[in-house]
Amino acid sequence: MIYLQLFIAFFKIGLFGFGGGYAMLSLIQGEVVTAHHWISTSQFTDIVAISQMTPGPIGINSATYVGYAAASNAGFSNGMAILGSAMATFAVVLPSFLLMIFVIKIFHKYHNHPVVNTMLSVLRPTVVGLIAAAALLLMTPENFSTPNESAWQFYISIFLFLVTFLGTQVMHINPIRMICYCGFAGLLLYY
Amino acid sequence: MNIYWEGFRTFFKIGCFTLGGGYAMIPLIEEEVVNRKKWLTKEDFLDLMAISQTLPGVFAVNFSIYIGYKLRRLRGSLILALGTILPSFLIILTIAMFFATFADNQIIAAIFKGIRPAIVALIAAPCINLARAAHIKLTNVWLPVFTALAIWIFGVSPIYIIILVAVGGFLYGKLVQPDNK
Repeated sequence: MIYLQLFIAFFKIGLFGFGGGYAMLSLIQGEVVTAHHWISTSQFTDIVAISQMTPGPIGINSATYVGYAAASNAGFSNGMAILGSAMATFAVVLPSFLLMIFVIKIFHKYHNHPVVNTMLSVLRPTVVGLIAAAALLLMTPENFSTPNESAWQFYISIFLFLVTFLGTQVMHINPIRMICYCGFAGLLLYY
Repeated sequence: MNIYWEGFRTFFKIGCFTLGGGYAMIPLIEEEVVNRKKWLTKEDFLDLMAISQTLPGVFAVNFSIYIGYKLRRLRGSLILALGTILPSFLIILTIAMFFATFADNQIIAAIFKGIRPAIVALIAAPCINLARAAHIKLTNVWLPVFTALAIWIFGVSPIYIIILVAVGGFLYGKLVQPDNK
């Protein structure tokens, strides 16, 4: 039952997605690529790319896209696929509702409590690890090619990776502009 | 003007301009909600930041739920969250419906071949800034390294790691440093 699976997967993502968009990526990938095979690694990277270029949080964007793609790949009609999309989006925000309203009621009692602070101080470095894992998991032949398969594409990919990394970190180029440059490079070099 | 409609419109607008992820729109929300509409005080806003960063889930949605709840309880939070979600839902749904036909196009395929390595770099890059913000030192650097390797090499689900670390942090705070203020 694809709708129930979508609901459970995205409810889990919403419930355990600590640390914002990028930290959620490894979670989303774990569910939709590794566990359920709803989309491939390169499709997943494309969703991240689209999310970067369109407004909206990555958690919502991926839920909307994957919900549609999963139901559509399972052979459902367009209307039913839109329902899958809505189902996944609803599931990813539901934990926020439950937790937020619960926390509003008890927050002022436990804010700055030493145990809560200790938990946060270990969760924050962990979140950095989650983001690193998301990046490592995407360094696949599908996204970068390999020296044997296509040396041309492999070295260009490494180059574009380094240029983007340094361009956004050292030269502070706007990420969206950087994506446009790389898309243009791809058009010139591959087409 | 009706407060529901005004709240919905404000967060629909915020949802439309959330390019580049949650943290980018904090100044935008502050301007709208604190300075212009005066729904929250400056102190409330800082509290809200702390809560939203602590809780799991989508940052912008957590914000809208909190503010909606402050304004009009559950119904307020439902309407404001809907306003935040709707712009990205509609845009991505449209793309999802037509991307499959575009993806086979040679030109689009070439463009995305160039974009994919850039996206991986954009995900890797914030690790450096965040490592500073998370106070990573020699004593706790094993946490992110262990986390990344466990997920990458051994395929451990990130969910188990988050539960493990949260429980470990709780026990450590409760048993090892109970007097730490």
